[in-house]
Amino acid sequence: MLDETAFDLRKYLRRNSASVTVWIALLALILFGLMRYDNFGSAYNFSSFLNYNAMFIAIALGMCFVIMTGGIDLSVGSVAAFTSVVAAYLSPYGIQVALPGAVLAGVGFGAINAFCIIILRIPPFIATLATMLAAKGGALVISGAQTISVDWGSNFTKLGMGQAFGLFPWAIVIVAGLTLALWLVLERTTIGRTVLAIGGSEDASNLMGLKVNRAKAFVYLLSGGCAGLAGVFLASGFGAGQPLEGIGWELSAIASVVVGGTLLTGGMGSIPATVAGALLLGLVFNVLNFENGQGTISFSAYWQMVIRGGFLFAVILLQSRVIARQQKVLG
Amino acid sequence: MNALVSMSGIEKSFAGVPALSQANLEIAPGEVHALIGQNGAGKSTMIKVLTGVYDRDAGDVHLAGVPSRISTPREAQESGIATIYQELNLVPLRSVTENIIMGYEPKRLGFLVDWREGNRRAREVLTRFGIDIDVTEPLGNFSTAIQQLVAIARAVSLDAKLVIMDEPTSSLDASEVEVLFGVVRELKKQGVSVLYVSHFLDELFQICDRVTTMRDGRTVSTRNVQDTTKLEMIADMLGRNKDEIAADGLTDFAGAKAKKGDIVLRADSVSTGPRLTHFDLTLHRGEIVGLGGLLGSGRTEAARALFGVDGKRSGAIELHGVVGQPSGPGDAIVNGVGFLTEDRKAEGIIPDMSVRENMTLALLPKLASRGQIDFAREREIVQAFIDDLGIKAAHMDQPIRELSGGNQQKVLLARWLATQPDILILDEPTRGVDVGAKREIQSFIRSYVEKGFGVVLISSEFEELVEGADRIVVMHEGRSVKELTNPGVTENILVRALAHHEEGTGSWTAQ
Amino acid sequence: MDRAMKLPQRVASMPFRFHGGIAALVALLVFNAFFTPNFLQLQTLFVNISQVATIAIVAMGMTLVIATGGIDLSVGAVMALAGALAPLIFLSDLGSTNPMLGVTLAIVLPLFIAGLCGVFNGVMVAVLNVQPIVATLILFISGRGIAQVLTNGNLQTFSNPSFSYLGTGKVLGLPFQGWLALAIACVLFWVITRTTWGRYLLAIGGNERAAYLSGGPVRRVKIGAYVICAVLAGLAGLIVVAINSASDAARNGNLMELDAIAAAVVGGALLQGGRAPIFGAILGAVIIQLVKYSLLANGVEDEVALIAKAVIIILAVWVQQFRRA
Repeated sequence: MLDETAFDLRKYLRRNSASVTVWIALLALILFGLMRYDNFGSAYNFSSFLNYNAMFIAIALGMCFVIMTGGIDLSVGSVAAFTSVVAAYLSPYGIQVALPGAVLAGVGFGAINAFCIIILRIPPFIATLATMLAAKGGALVISGAQTISVDWGSNFTKLGMGQAFGLFPWAIVIVAGLTLALWLVLERTTIGRTVLAIGGSEDASNLMGLKVNRAKAFVYLLSGGCAGLAGVFLASGFGAGQPLEGIGWELSAIASVVVGGTLLTGGMGSIPATVAGALLLGLVFNVLNFENGQGTISFSAYWQMVIRGGFLFAVILLQSRVIARQQKVLG
Repeated sequence: MNALVSMSGIEKSFAGVPALSQANLEIAPGEVHALIGQNGAGKSTMIKVLTGVYDRDAGDVHLAGVPSRISTPREAQESGIATIYQELNLVPLRSVTENIIMGYEPKRLGFLVDWREGNRRAREVLTRFGIDIDVTEPLGNFSTAIQQLVAIARAVSLDAKLVIMDEPTSSLDASEVEVLFGVVRELKKQGVSVLYVSHFLDELFQICDRVTTMRDGRTVSTRNVQDTTKLEMIADMLGRNKDEIAADGLTDFAGAKAKKGDIVLRADSVSTGPRLTHFDLTLHRGEIVGLGGLLGSGRTEAARALFGVDGKRSGAIELHGVVGQPSGPGDAIVNGVGFLTEDRKAEGIIPDMSVRENMTLALLPKLASRGQIDFAREREIVQAFIDDLGIKAAHMDQPIRELSGGNQQKVLLARWLATQPDILILDEPTRGVDVGAKREIQSFIRSYVEKGFGVVLISSEFEELVEGADRIVVMHEGRSVKELTNPGVTENILVRALAHHEEGTGSWTAQ
Repeated sequence: MDRAMKLPQRVASMPFRFHGGIAALVALLVFNAFFTPNFLQLQTLFVNISQVATIAIVAMGMTLVIATGGIDLSVGAVMALAGALAPLIFLSDLGSTNPMLGVTLAIVLPLFIAGLCGVFNGVMVAVLNVQPIVATLILFISGRGIAQVLTNGNLQTFSNPSFSYLGTGKVLGLPFQGWLALAIACVLFWVITRTTWGRYLLAIGGNERAAYLSGGPVRRVKIGAYVICAVLAGLAGLIVVAINSASDAARNGNLMELDAIAAAVVGGALLQGGRAPIFGAILGAVIIQLVKYSLLANGVEDEVALIAKAVIIILAVWVQQFRRA
């Protein structure tokens, strides 16, 4: 018994070669930053970097679940914009109302996605594309196409700007908790395993008698909820509900998930590696900012997009090789 | 006798074509029961009626004496019937344990999956079958044999009373087959019944108690395996007299009818991988060469090698005296090779396209000048083939999916005849078509050869090979092992040739 | 054979099965004729045609890609890239000293670069077997970045009448780009219905394995579809720049991939491939534009139009599912 449950590093590395790569890349980039820039390791840079990226991590986590079933959720960016406005409107009542309110709004959009995909049998790509438009339109309608300032008098902005126990920004604490919870759900609950089984083979899952539709509904609701949470971070971190934000977030989230070694065809995936993927993509920006600050190069913000795209290209090439190898194994 | 499963008087037809008529099957508790018959005899339909995939048109199904209410695969599972399909219904990316316990995970605190317990259970049920593997490894990392055993383990852990195995050994090697047999015997010992569908008759003598033979949708016989012989089973399957087969009676209705011409194709010890290791073939103009062999003997793989789909690892292919394998289907077509594939739906028709577009797909390069299709010529050619082959379609622009199987097959045959290939490879050209269309297709093939072209004919039906082919290359486990020449080949001789090579791996003893 | 007799049957099988779409279009026109002030005026027609042309041009390319069972998310980014290149070329020293050559190059070179983007997408999909949505995500992210790097993120304004003709010219009183879109549609329709390439395109979308085993040049045809799509996107990018007499890499073609996919789907393209309704794509573009216009002209906010678009997409695909079942 011990022989199998005991941690076997070589086995672990072999099975998780895709996600191990992202951890190595992340560590390497951090080391590079620490050695090259004076303030890179400062508490300020550390916490502001994490605080800013909290919303992207939240979205990537939800996206990871959707992708593991073999689906996709393009609506997350617009939903986050929508819920940031909702959160801003609810901010006078305090975080205890604004947070659940905005998350629920996100779950609502997730429910629309789930309905279109499971009941109407519309392909996820199209269904969530439509929800993306609807959420974007909705955000502009309820905000009157204006940024909606939050109530600075309530405790709402503490979430994005205050520190938990005087140490970490609240957003980081919440995202860390969410990561742990979702990790547990994926690895240790029936619904988590069903999610992976569906991505591996939906037909087989059905024939095994698994509750496929329930798991599919779960991932879209979860993804909507995560986007809702990201909207709360957005509003409280920047002091305003921002109906025009969120453009391209879904693609960043997909990129994070893919970089984290999750197969887009579903059936495999890792929560920690997804977080690492999101951090890695964010860190590329951070390092470029430092590089600019040192004046050794003057990369405009535009270069960052190019570099990010190139980076994604490299990862996809690597992954396509991994997939090819796996398909060989699976015959 | 108190049977576990009793099916009687089952009737089932598809679109008016009967697939089962008056079919019966009875399985006793703790019995290993074989179900045999040629392709299209109705074995799979029978299983699907039992497991609720199809509704029966008439007849009774009783489970342990009680009328069966099964109408979905899920209900079959819950009633203790587990089916191990050839395409396994498992998730290769997930671990062995998960595949066994999925949906019935042991829990801690009511919601957390207890992996330690799960792994223990998975290991326990596998150990019972004498398998010791790392159950935390993804299932896809293991051989097909192990995957099959895991599927069986799942069935057993769900308290199945009947395990249905559909061609379980077709992709296993000899030692894996032994492991599987061990599992079957273990199941039997535990009182689980097994319904065993196989083309490999020798296997039946090792593990089966009784054998039911089906032919043309009917149950022909149910015999005790101990009291029967392989020849008797073959006689039942083919509907022939066993004495006649045993006597090697020379009925002599086959024979070379066309004049042989130059050699157009030669394959010399070609191998493409484990499923085709050594293949020799010579094809002359005006000749039909058959490829005979059981499922998995490498017939289709040989065709794929000749057509350039699978790259060869060793050996030589010579087309029109020029050495070299086609680089792919496009190249093969240019070099005068055509290949009618076995799986009409997955590799043949383009369902939403019209009869016309489907028929001229391979001919397109020749139909066009500077990329533009010559429509007048296209319609002319298509109309000619519709008339010649008697294709029944409302009009040539009707989507092919609306046609019957036989007519679809004729369209696909026309797709290749239209390119006038010197070498036409036909993989099961008459499978799944009705009797009338079958005869027509066979006569088109014959008349094509008489025009001086060469045909490679792959068929599971001995009759078709014996009557159609001028020579038959017998294949076994990826190798071409023997060549029979007409006139003089009979089904019995062919069966003997196949059986002879079966002896090497099986334990059947000739009488 | 009497060809006249067969015509109805042939029409029935032609790639414009969008009767539901035509009904929607008629409904929209009737609605607007009654409720929208000044709808039945030439000016309205001009506005709508010049708006719809760019969507339609990109949607036609998207239709080809969707016909292979793929998708191209990079069209908006390619528009930005092509649109950024053009002013750079005719405002360069070479372009200003030699205006004729400058404008020619400013059209040809961006289209060539766009074509290279298409080659990149096509190779990723057809040769490396990367899923289309991921393969085209790369250029979606970096394509616009490249455009912004080239222009330093600046808005490039210019006054170049011969180039602006692309977006502001009139032929027979109607906007030039409208005629251009129509001409492209006719060419593509001809290609799809009359050439081997078009036949293979539909065959690959209908059953890729069967097409391959029948000798179809699967890779070449797929790459070709992505190249055409990218070149058309580049052209649309040039038109947008020409209309505005300014190139803004941040906004040119922003969210165009969504409009194009929506137009293609509303026009009857099947996401699983096998169908390439070119005129359907134009119809889809017109419907989407008209919905937007009707709502705007009747005082409904721009934002609500987005929601309406979402509903249209869902309805269109839902109806498709029905038809197939």
